[in-house]
Amino acid sequence: MIAGAEHSTHAVAGSSTHASPFRAHHFETAEQQSAAARLGMWLFLVTEILFFGGLFVAYAVFRTLHPDVFVNSAALLDTTLGGINTVVLLFSSLTMAWAVRCSQLGQQRGLVLCLSLTIAAATLFLCVKGIEYYHKIEEGHLWVSQYGDATDLGTFNREGTFFSVYFAMTGLHAIHIIAGIGAITWLLVRSLRGHFSPQYYTPVDVVGLYWHLVDLVWIFLFPLLYLVG
Amino acid sequence: MSARPQARQAHGHHVSSVSQLIGIFVALLVLTGITIAASRFDFGEFDVWVALGIAGVKAFLVAAYYMHLRYDHPLHPALLVFSVLIVVLFLGVSLSDVLQLLPEVEAAPN
Repeated sequence: MIAGAEHSTHAVAGSSTHASPFRAHHFETAEQQSAAARLGMWLFLVTEILFFGGLFVAYAVFRTLHPDVFVNSAALLDTTLGGINTVVLLFSSLTMAWAVRCSQLGQQRGLVLCLSLTIAAATLFLCVKGIEYYHKIEEGHLWVSQYGDATDLGTFNREGTFFSVYFAMTGLHAIHIIAGIGAITWLLVRSLRGHFSPQYYTPVDVVGLYWHLVDLVWIFLFPLLYLVG
Repeated sequence: MSARPQARQAHGHHVSSVSQLIGIFVALLVLTGITIAASRFDFGEFDVWVALGIAGVKAFLVAAYYMHLRYDHPLHPALLVFSVLIVVLFLGVSLSDVLQLLPEVEAAPN
């Protein structure tokens, strides 16, 4: 993908209608390059699933050890804000999938619109998440050391275990949202430059896969943290 | 599912129809509503399984259609399934260990 500039001259010189200016020299065909990129992204997504998987195991272990703490602490989370964020993220998945469709069909304006909507939805998600974090930090849930010996959640500062898991899981997820905004902004800039066409849309495709995985993680986080209590 | 985008599809890849994209989105919204409604009922210890079941259906819809796995090279869904199985194995072994120790943890003074 980086080697695009030097190859664009060849493509113009060769005047082949099928040659993509973004095909790297070590690939035989654009299709081979696309297949390699998608396999690479899927392998990355496997490591992401295992990465988040460790935190889901931590959630399950702490929840099994302290079920009362989890029930009482989860009730403190704002289900309305969490629900709004779920809808916002599902909407961003729709616009991302639609962006892939637009790039496959060569619909430039649709592609720019869909990518912009995806970035807007992702930013809205972060804003709502920020409001939630602000409230929880104000209420003193960020640091376990702020808990006394006894609170209305139960004795001992074990209630910290829920919010440790909450901040770790949603925090790692939020970092993925920020990275996704960066990647989709890169797609937006390239789409404005007219880089994508039905012959070359792999970057939109693989960033889309990443974005859907971030959505998938939230699909499990929302009920486990906000609803099951 | 219209034939027109299929005819114009870029190098053999599946192009999702607009009706499919929106249909999946509506299904995901409905399932989100169901999971919120279900959380208001007390299923006892099955609460987690009800929530996980609905989340699993949502995850399937996103993976199969938005991530094109239904139309993709079979290696890609296999990678997803195997990585999830590894997480389930990790989860199962860890939980069976914790559940064995649970009586001792509960007996211990904090």
